[in-house]
Amino acid sequence: MTIAAINVRDLTKRFRDDVPPAVDGISFTVPRGQVVGLLGGNGAGKTTTISMLLGILIPTAGTIDILGVDMRRDRYAALPRLNFSSPYVDLPSRLTVRENLDVFGGLYGVRDLKARIAELAELLDLTAFLDRKTGSLSSGQKTRAALAKALINRPELLLLDEPTASLDPDTADRVRGHLEAYARTQGAAILLASHNMAEVERLCADVLMMKAGRIVDRGSPADLIARYGREDMEQVFLDVARGTAQAAAQ
Amino acid sequence: MNGSLTRIGAMTRRHLYLFRSSWTRVFDLVYWPVLQMTIWGFVTVFLNQQSSWFANAAGVLIGAVLLWDVLVRSQFGLTLSLLEEMWSRNLANLFVSPLRPWEFAASLMLLSVTRSMIGVLPAALLAIPLFAYSVFDLGLPLLAFWMMLVMLGWSIGLLIGALLFRFGLAAESYAWASIFIIQPISGVWYPVSVLPEWLKPLAWSLPSTYVFEGMRAVMIDRVFRWDLLAQAFALNLVIMALAFGAFLFAFTRARERGQLLQSSE
Repeated sequence: MTIAAINVRDLTKRFRDDVPPAVDGISFTVPRGQVVGLLGGNGAGKTTTISMLLGILIPTAGTIDILGVDMRRDRYAALPRLNFSSPYVDLPSRLTVRENLDVFGGLYGVRDLKARIAELAELLDLTAFLDRKTGSLSSGQKTRAALAKALINRPELLLLDEPTASLDPDTADRVRGHLEAYARTQGAAILLASHNMAEVERLCADVLMMKAGRIVDRGSPADLIARYGREDMEQVFLDVARGTAQAAAQ
Repeated sequence: MNGSLTRIGAMTRRHLYLFRSSWTRVFDLVYWPVLQMTIWGFVTVFLNQQSSWFANAAGVLIGAVLLWDVLVRSQFGLTLSLLEEMWSRNLANLFVSPLRPWEFAASLMLLSVTRSMIGVLPAALLAIPLFAYSVFDLGLPLLAFWMMLVMLGWSIGLLIGALLFRFGLAAESYAWASIFIIQPISGVWYPVSVLPEWLKPLAWSLPSTYVFEGMRAVMIDRVFRWDLLAQAFALNLVIMALAFGAFLFAFTRARERGQLLQSSE
């Protein structure tokens, strides 16, 4: 039996006793080599879920296995094999892109780091910006630099929180192309939290719909669109977010 | 272990790159120790003219200001490196990498030594031509004093790091102010014997007090007090263990509260 990239059981995060849990007993599996979308409105629990998968947030209850490793017991065995990118974190702005990639390559123990940096710079069209300070880059260039950091260790699992937020359509399309190519060529799994439905339809083989900390539906974009009797994921998203989904889904 | 060294090296490079890109940061490190040394140097010149005691103990104030700056810069150096990660919203990037908290703390300590050397060394060298005083004349005891003060600076830095993990950048002011609370009772400028009786036990609970008493013993009485050094070292070990425990506890609590992803105010 192949070990899943992510295997989550009854995962719960409660920040305070007097408010509902941010994540409420969710279970799901992400197979290796698959791109899975994590959809939901603001406050649905996507970022909280990703933070727990990465180990920077300790769950209240439940289990997380990443690439066969129990994250509560031995997260440092899994961390070298995954990576992430999020608009909530930045690369140090006063360091050049090359310096940032050198530092994170060192943290992940990447061998032949110079060659890897050159390879990523070529792949993500960053060569001309390698020696510029990260803080001086445009948001599209910064996003590509963050993606280069996320790919520096050739992760088997990539967790991305809104990877194309605030990008113009051209840059966003290029980034999606890079992600598609990476998943295909490396056989990596990607869990993608996004508000961009076109992105989800293009990249994801499977989608988890979250609302109020729970997974309320799951399926491929085509299945979900058909099941809800809608034309695209945007309409499915609105049905779920506004609570008009039950009738359509049944 | 090799992996740990590689990661500590990477973290150290991250801050050396920062120095290389920002000379204002380097200037900031050097500025205060040089200014302090200059002021106390002139005070020493004046007092030497007024008092035979001071004339016999030439340089005791300059030695004190330089050693005090070793302590201050060590703590600032450790705390500043942590603050740089918080200011640049980089903590989550670091802690989803294989970097362990103890490796992070070790790199902060290494950077603290680097920052304190960059800060204090120019002031110490400048004191030689300006005031004909060389702190290096203390010889090997200087190394012992330096190590004790750096260890205490690390401990206070780790405790402030724990506060930063707990309260975020709202606790930033503690990073700059906390260390000065121990200055009046560490006997930096005067012997502990001048303190009121009720304050003396508190003074003797600080490793820094033994260092400054030891410094005066070397400079005035020309004896190196091994007993003071041993007591400073023992206290440092206890305080460091407590500070490291507090740092790791606060880190775990930050992981429970989700503060590593959004470590702002």
